[in-house]
Amino acid sequence: MTDQNVDRGEIQAASSQFLSGLFKGKAQSDDGIAGGKSSLTWAVHISVAFLVALWLFPTVGLFVSSFRTADQISASGWWNSLFPTEQIIQLRTGGADAATQLDGVFVVEGNLLTDGEGPGTEATISAFGVSSRAIGAFQAGETAPAGDGEELTLMADGSYRYTSVEEPGRRGQRVFVTATTPPEFTLDNYRTILFSGQGQDNMAKAFFNTLTVTIPATIIPILIAAFAAYALAWMDFPGRALLIAMVVGLLVVPLQLALIPLLKLHLGIGIGKGYLGVWLAHTGFGMPLAIYLLRNYMVGLPKDIIENARVDGATDFQIFVKIILPLSFPALAAFAIFQFLWTWNDLLVAKVFLIDSTGSTTVMTNQIVELLGTRGGNWEILATAAFVSMAVPLAVFFAMQRYLVRGLLAGSVK
Amino acid sequence: MDNPAIQGLITIIVGVGGCIGYFYFSNQILDKVIFPARGENAGRNINRANMVRPWLFLFPAIFALGLYLGYPVFETLRLSLTDRVPGGYEWAGLSNYSQMFSEPKFWEAIRNNMLWLIIVPAVSTGFGLLAAQLTDRISWGNVAKSLIFMPMAISLVGASVIFKLIYDARPADTAQIGVMNAVWMQFEGGIGSILFLQLLPSLILLCFATFVAYFGYVFLRPMWQRDGGHSAALLPLRILVAVAAVLLVWECASSALGLWTASFPYGEPQQWLTIPFWNSFLLMVVLIWIQTGFAMVILSAALRGIPEETVEAAIVDGANPFQIFFKIKVPQIIGTIVVVWTTITLTVLKVFDIVFAMTNGQWETQVLANYMYDKLFRANDWGVGSASAIIIMLMVMPILVWNVYNVRKEMR
Repeated sequence: MTDQNVDRGEIQAASSQFLSGLFKGKAQSDDGIAGGKSSLTWAVHISVAFLVALWLFPTVGLFVSSFRTADQISASGWWNSLFPTEQIIQLRTGGADAATQLDGVFVVEGNLLTDGEGPGTEATISAFGVSSRAIGAFQAGETAPAGDGEELTLMADGSYRYTSVEEPGRRGQRVFVTATTPPEFTLDNYRTILFSGQGQDNMAKAFFNTLTVTIPATIIPILIAAFAAYALAWMDFPGRALLIAMVVGLLVVPLQLALIPLLKLHLGIGIGKGYLGVWLAHTGFGMPLAIYLLRNYMVGLPKDIIENARVDGATDFQIFVKIILPLSFPALAAFAIFQFLWTWNDLLVAKVFLIDSTGSTTVMTNQIVELLGTRGGNWEILATAAFVSMAVPLAVFFAMQRYLVRGLLAGSVK
Repeated sequence: MDNPAIQGLITIIVGVGGCIGYFYFSNQILDKVIFPARGENAGRNINRANMVRPWLFLFPAIFALGLYLGYPVFETLRLSLTDRVPGGYEWAGLSNYSQMFSEPKFWEAIRNNMLWLIIVPAVSTGFGLLAAQLTDRISWGNVAKSLIFMPMAISLVGASVIFKLIYDARPADTAQIGVMNAVWMQFEGGIGSILFLQLLPSLILLCFATFVAYFGYVFLRPMWQRDGGHSAALLPLRILVAVAAVLLVWECASSALGLWTASFPYGEPQQWLTIPFWNSFLLMVVLIWIQTGFAMVILSAALRGIPEETVEAAIVDGANPFQIFFKIKVPQIIGTIVVVWTTITLTVLKVFDIVFAMTNGQWETQVLANYMYDKLFRANDWGVGSASAIIIMLMVMPILVWNVYNVRKEMR
């Protein structure tokens, strides 16, 4: 946002004047303004912080969820995952084969948290119970009677001593444990999605498919549109105004209209469903915005340079390649980002022109929609898949934001 | 050749090389072979070459535009008037349209699209204006801006996943992992519930209704003030706005009243996306979340472009902050607000991914774009599908005409 930074000073001056105006009524003198100003500034700071938090909250939720295991996700909301969570887990003590006989009673000793299916050493137990009707009846460290002369003593660290007059059952005593587990995050989901997943759970192929769609579909329209934009901006010929108006008109034509006729055309001339078709479609659909953006930018380039070059005998082709293209870099970058984000995030065009019945050319957006249908409750898979697909556009967004902003401004504000 | 990566690389090379080659060699041939700038006709030849050259530059673009956007408009129109029969097409007149008009799903889509068209642009522009106004006056405003702007980079499908998690529901005795149900389960019918679920929403609804009524009044006022000569041309528009305003106010008032008579199912997690009517709003939230950043960025630039003198003069004249904002700043950026509004309107008309991914038009959330996709690729009914595409085109038409009119005016 450099061009915005240029006049930052002025704006701050203007806004501080505005603010001082706000407190005209309250302030006794000019000196009194400072205090009032800072309290209003605080209100602005807080409201912006609230707005930003509101806008970030959804994304953060999915992001955090992508680092949690399926059990953690269903045990508590993601907003709790940053703090230790209290879970109720059903565990079993060792069974008959772990028991030793001591003075006529059977004794089983061990650690509930680390043995078998226990949640691990990091958890601590606060309460436990031996019946599903009284899950938290006893504090850690107490001894609970479990009926028929059985007793269970359970410590906070999970170590237990279970005694029984009769020989214990083979599966051991059922214990309900209220355990506090520290926040824990894992990269396993990403491993599954990117490398080890089977079938739909593996996004690696879809990732490369998306990349394959995106890159040619970004580069080719820029080149074609740049020449056209130069002609519309700096060459004089009859019908120019009409052409510009047509481009502006086509800018808003919904691409839904184009689906059937073009699919028919593609099938008719033998392109069929595939990469070539989707590249061509994206090139066509991106063309009006490309021409419009680039022409708007090129018209603003200094006239002198171009006319001097003409006087010096440069041809239009030379002027375009040597002067216009380098000078138009910001606009080219802006459109490239638009087109990249749009093709990367696209679902409709890919579904219609690319993905055939074998599904081997599926793109990430399509695969995520399919996951939503088949794995609707498996948030660890969904969240990770969604984040894998978002990572590249987000990186591009943050790296190239200032071109994006410039492009937006050129594209809509006149 | 089978590897798509190699295929992609070849396409880039062929595509880019082909483009450069085309432009370079066509210019060369024009200058050296067809109209050489030498010999007795040198001057005339240069002129002729310069007359042809723009079309060389334009040809690929015009070809792509014509084939991929121009031709489909007419072809879709033709398809919407024909039926597919074995071995070809058969003229069907308007039967596709009448079939479509008799489907309740179509009217549901139209109704929902109208709601989307009113609410999403209004709320996004409003929030965008608020965010622009606020972030412009703090030191970390640019960081805040880029964070609010960030959803722009997220695909509609990704955003749908994000919001599906928010709306997720789990059985009542387990932990809620969707924020909305987690908050919902906190309400139990006490004073807090009345405050947040009945009083606050009805206040918001009434405020909105008042705003709409005022807007309608401002819009209608010239009708009985008989001083503008141009009011006759705008009369249908004014009546349309008035009718829409009355309907909206009525809707708001009746839903505000409904809030007090409804009984809420406290303590039961709700499948939010299956609650008819309200679920459409939950889908709109996704698009509002994405579009607010766009509105903010553009409106922020417009606000910065306002001449300081006007604001200073207002301060000197003793205007209060609200007056400064609504009477000095907003009128000066009204053109930009209109541009933002129409741009978001266009996005809304084409919205497909959100509905497709989240509800697929079930539970009365259908919108036109998804209805069309359903008809084209599920029911395989190209006639009705094309007819609904033409309806979308008709809805876009006013914006198209308006844009073209503006550009023509500007270039004169």
